[in-house]
Amino acid sequence: MTQITACIDGSPGAIAVCDAAAWVSAQLQTPLTLLHVLEKAGQNGTDLSGSIGLGSREHLLQQLTELDAERARLAMEHSRIMLDAARERAQNNGAVEPKISQRHGRLSEEVLPLAEDSRVLVMGRQGMDHPDPAVATLGSQLETVLRSVACPVLITTGVSFRKPTRFMLAYDGSEAVERVIETYADSSLLNGVECHLVMVNHTGAEQVAKFEAAQARLEKSGFTVVPRQCEGDVLSILNDYQFRHQIDLIVMGAYGHSRIRQFFVGSHTRNMVSHSKVPLLLLR
Amino acid sequence: MLNTIKREWFSNIRGDLLAGTVVALALIPEAIAFSIIAGVDPKVGLYASFCIAVIIAFVGGRPGMISAATGAMSLLMVTLVKEHGLEYLLAASLLCGVIQIGAGYLKLGDLMRFVSRSVVTGFVNALAILIFMAQLPELTNVTWHVYAMTAAGLGIIYLFPYVPKVGSWLPSPLVCILTITAVAMIWGIDVRTVADMGELPDTLPIFLWPDVPLTLETLWIILPYSLALAAVGLLESMMTSTIVDELTDTDSNKNRECKGQGVANIGSSLLGGMAGCAMIGQSIINVKSGGRGRLSTFVAGFFLLIMVVFLDEWIGQIPMAALVAVMIMVSIGTFSWESITNLKKHPLSTNIVMLATVSVVVATHNLALGVLVGVLLASLFFANKIGRFMVVKSEENEPGERTYKVVGQVFFASSDAFNKSFDFREAVNKVTIDLTHAHFWDITSVSALDKVVIKFRREGAEVELIGLNEASATIVDRFGVHDKPEEVEKMMAGH
Repeated sequence: MTQITACIDGSPGAIAVCDAAAWVSAQLQTPLTLLHVLEKAGQNGTDLSGSIGLGSREHLLQQLTELDAERARLAMEHSRIMLDAARERAQNNGAVEPKISQRHGRLSEEVLPLAEDSRVLVMGRQGMDHPDPAVATLGSQLETVLRSVACPVLITTGVSFRKPTRFMLAYDGSEAVERVIETYADSSLLNGVECHLVMVNHTGAEQVAKFEAAQARLEKSGFTVVPRQCEGDVLSILNDYQFRHQIDLIVMGAYGHSRIRQFFVGSHTRNMVSHSKVPLLLLR
Repeated sequence: MLNTIKREWFSNIRGDLLAGTVVALALIPEAIAFSIIAGVDPKVGLYASFCIAVIIAFVGGRPGMISAATGAMSLLMVTLVKEHGLEYLLAASLLCGVIQIGAGYLKLGDLMRFVSRSVVTGFVNALAILIFMAQLPELTNVTWHVYAMTAAGLGIIYLFPYVPKVGSWLPSPLVCILTITAVAMIWGIDVRTVADMGELPDTLPIFLWPDVPLTLETLWIILPYSLALAAVGLLESMMTSTIVDELTDTDSNKNRECKGQGVANIGSSLLGGMAGCAMIGQSIINVKSGGRGRLSTFVAGFFLLIMVVFLDEWIGQIPMAALVAVMIMVSIGTFSWESITNLKKHPLSTNIVMLATVSVVVATHNLALGVLVGVLLASLFFANKIGRFMVVKSEENEPGERTYKVVGQVFFASSDAFNKSFDFREAVNKVTIDLTHAHFWDITSVSALDKVVIKFRREGAEVELIGLNEASATIVDRFGVHDKPEEVEKMMAGH
């Protein structure tokens, strides 16, 4: 657990990722690594002549290799320029010792070894395949990454990121949320950020007692806590609350249920991530 | 999971559709030609190509590789069809599929690492030669029309791609077949056509259990064929997948491919098709035309069937000469011409392995035998080389005392040399054999050491062995520890 990893690519949302990562790095005083994974573009040239002649295989191999080599060389150069710019930006925003790293392959595979050694992983909600970051969709690799890494993940939305001043924690009394509270109560990551503890649709006395205990736990660690209980449709209430109280970070546990349940019931996490207007901090 | 499906099937839709269509067009003449080699109706090969391509698209381990009825497999079936008929071929194909699935579960795909580069080259060259030789019957005792048509066909295939624009958009083998067929039909030239070779498919394939008696006798008839088919099919598939891996710079799952080939062959045999495997030439055409995903294989099989079922009247009119031209192109394209120029560069042992593989195949028409011979020869040459990694140094410490230092690899190939390096005639009181820098790999080497010790004792010398335990640690079968480099290092350094 010695670094912060941020996944940068050429999409408009990369700036937000870079700024968010710089903030995390400064809050935790932990070195930042900016990662760009060079994904291989689809296919190379088409020749539909359908004939194979003398040494076709060797010829084709040579041709494909040359095309790939040229493309990879350009992509690496481009990526290097992009990463250097991101490093400078992060440095100016107070990140600790920003480093850069380039890998070939798929993001969802290459990020894993880095994530193992990371305190927080920062990535954007969508990558290059979704040109407009304001549209609420999930990138194709985000969920795979969320499910396979063990460290907390900060997901940025849109094209910009500002330092959070108020974060919202949706409390449902589950083990997952208790673990979230335990994790962040003693961490310096959310230092100085006001906590809005929101409980939806839990009115039993036992639940309320647990809610108050959670509030006390957070206050003991020095958080300013604004408690709130309400009823209604979870997703719309949380989104509404976020909007009205100018919450600029949502903190939550992620994927409490199995993939099978998610297939039938759908996933809160998925809904929250795809509809949120502000960055989310997820803990597995 | 969903991501994998999306990547393997739909990441390259346009390229896969186009390439699949090109491959389907190229598959038709080949499937017909291979059926004729095997001695069955063209529809058997066409149904097989459809089934295998479509099934392997789902269950194979190498996206973008084309599997269908192949020459290597048809050559193995000839005698079975001649002596027992089509139904036994279907039964043999079914059993072949079962064996291949078993091989997949036993992870025999990993055995491909024992097949050296020169054996692969030999296999490919032998295959090309066999495909070419299989065309010769069509070119003997025929009128000059056939020669003219074949020559014109080859001309079209190789020159058409140079025509600007159209050249790179229309598959030249298709142009060749269309032109030659048109010429033959317009002038009414009387040459042999595909329709003369047997029945063409006029319906979609239907499910059929092979009509053979389920007895032990049947099993003994088909088993040798099934084993040979399974072995050759897997070999060619593994080699082709290595080639596609290399061309596309991606990885494949070899054991899944083994099981997939088995499932595809079972499916093919139950729908009235013969056994098949991956095709080197077609897979290269697919990659060249821009095919990368599973969709390309599926499209190839699917279009093949559609075209064949609806165009059967027309396909029957194709002169055999046009098919022969296409097959000659395939054999030329499959042959590794580089290997001929490499003969001068490569060491003699490598060349012998390659040439032995080729000659055994051409002599027996069995690719499995050729590969077996090639692999055996390659291993012997290797053992011989490693056997030379052994020296015994001897020095006299003081009068009547001698130390032998053994350095290197002692095993069956070097134990003779090991024995000979000791001087038993010398009259000494004490002999020290220092094995600190030696490795004993097998029982032969240990018994050789025993003999040496006994001989010295008989001459009246006292023998002391140093470092025997460490030197013989390598006798155990599973000694190597790939994932613990420090262990290997310790073992290989002088203990």
